[in-house]
Amino acid sequence: MTTKTINSSGTWQRKKHTRELVSKGFAYLFLTAGALIMAVPFLWMVSTSLKQQGMEFEMPPRWIPQHFEWSNYHFVLFDSDIAKGFLNTLLVIVLPCLVGLFTSALAAYAFARMNFPFKNLLFTLLLATMMIPGVVTMIPSFMLFKKIGWIDSWMPLIIPGMFGAAAAVFLLRQFFMTIPRELEEAAKVDGMNPFHTFIRIMLPLSKPALITQGLLNFIAGYNDYLGPLIYINSPEKYTLQLVLASFQGFYTSQWTYIMAGSVLALIPTLLVFFFAQKYFVEGIALTGMKG
Amino acid sequence: MKRREQLWAYLFIASPILGFLLFAFIPLSYSVYVSFTDYSGYKTPVLNGGDNYVNLVHDELFWKTLGNTIYSALSIPIGMICSLGLATALNQKIRGIRFFRTLFFLPTISSVIALTLLWKWIFNDTYGLLNHLLEVVGINGPAWLSSERWAMPAMIIQGVWSGLGINLVLYLAALQGVPRSFYEAAEMDGANAWQRFRSITIPCISPTTLYILITSIIGALQDYPRFQIMTEGGPNYSTTTIVYYLFQNAFRYMNMGFASAMAWILGIIILVITLLNFYFSRRWVHYE
Repeated sequence: MTTKTINSSGTWQRKKHTRELVSKGFAYLFLTAGALIMAVPFLWMVSTSLKQQGMEFEMPPRWIPQHFEWSNYHFVLFDSDIAKGFLNTLLVIVLPCLVGLFTSALAAYAFARMNFPFKNLLFTLLLATMMIPGVVTMIPSFMLFKKIGWIDSWMPLIIPGMFGAAAAVFLLRQFFMTIPRELEEAAKVDGMNPFHTFIRIMLPLSKPALITQGLLNFIAGYNDYLGPLIYINSPEKYTLQLVLASFQGFYTSQWTYIMAGSVLALIPTLLVFFFAQKYFVEGIALTGMKG
Repeated sequence: MKRREQLWAYLFIASPILGFLLFAFIPLSYSVYVSFTDYSGYKTPVLNGGDNYVNLVHDELFWKTLGNTIYSALSIPIGMICSLGLATALNQKIRGIRFFRTLFFLPTISSVIALTLLWKWIFNDTYGLLNHLLEVVGINGPAWLSSERWAMPAMIIQGVWSGLGINLVLYLAALQGVPRSFYEAAEMDGANAWQRFRSITIPCISPTTLYILITSIIGALQDYPRFQIMTEGGPNYSTTTIVYYLFQNAFRYMNMGFASAMAWILGIIILVITLLNFYFSRRWVHYE
């Protein structure tokens, strides 16, 4: 009797084991196919960026160039506007990233932990801005900035971002709500004012959330194309994305340069992602679940 | 004491609220006004009643671009099915999960411009990668971006490819939140893999599906830069999306009033679709 049970449960286990193996095999097959589709364009980009001019359209295509043409990178780095575009981008995004993060965090803290009249109304209002399609405000914002003489300057890209963003306030507020209240109460007893409490206690505790939001801000700013496209006209003020887009016109047939430029443009966000992957993926997963 | 704390709180929230007033509320109100005027961006706006809206309704190109935009949104269901499939595969205890995750996420952190330039070339009919690969399997590929028929399917393929990563991460997070015990119980009852997927996984991750659906629709209706770089709206307006058309009216033809009216129509369409989504979601989204 007992042996029979053991036996049948053993076959059951074994059956389950084979089934798991089969499903894992399928999963790997599926994932590898997907990974190939994802990777091929990128590999192709790197490969082309290292080809000699004229060899990029060789048929059949050669994945590993016969001769590595590093001079493509030399040209793009030193003889095109890409370095300048990169510097301009950094200049444009540093203030909105840092100051915007701070102002968003400050507001998020107030919405998470303090009590004041119209709190819910104001928070709802702020969240409503996330629902308004960007195109609706695009034209009047352009006219507004034109009126105050900010067109063809970096101001429209820098100033609004420094006020903080609804999405950031929302994400950080969710995080502040999870921090135990006792910590602040102790600070209050010690006579700290709310600003001190925020700086000394809340900010250090919320490093993971701040890093996530900071990275999201950085990547969004770094990759922004529409904003600079609308507001910047002078090539010397072009941000990296505009320089990249202009490559299409300047070097129409020189795909090797375009690809080298694209690879170079990818490096900063790739590094950011590599070193902060943990925060990044978790931060995004968190916002997803709350949605 | 309480008064003082309230004062601090208002100080803390002052910046985003001021930002909202200056960069959202004022432009929005002004935009309503401009949509009822004839305005080139230089001279003062002249009220023209609802002319812009009337012209819009009679503008064939407006309807065509609206249709194109809806056509391009086909990338949403395709992308959602693909990302859910991949997330399900990744949800098993699999080696190299970080490698796969990074690879699929790569397009999300890459710049739209770099990717678009890359794909523009992949789709090239004579020396592009795609047609070469098709040739290997014996298919004579179309002139993707320069054919009226194939330009939009090409944009849809590119859209699915670039949106996969972020949806995959969202789905993966949701899948990891489904309690193991549900599956075990179902398995004991003899439910096969498909039945478990249909009656446990799908309902459990439905809030994430709703989130992806809503953000993707809003994103797709406003899609623009990649169209500008890849096809410039052509050939023969076959890939001119509504925002592309709006952009041209505003910044090329300096028809700010007309473009504002279009922006509002699009805004209302987005709002209605979002609300409908929320309304119907009650039938298929399950919260715990």
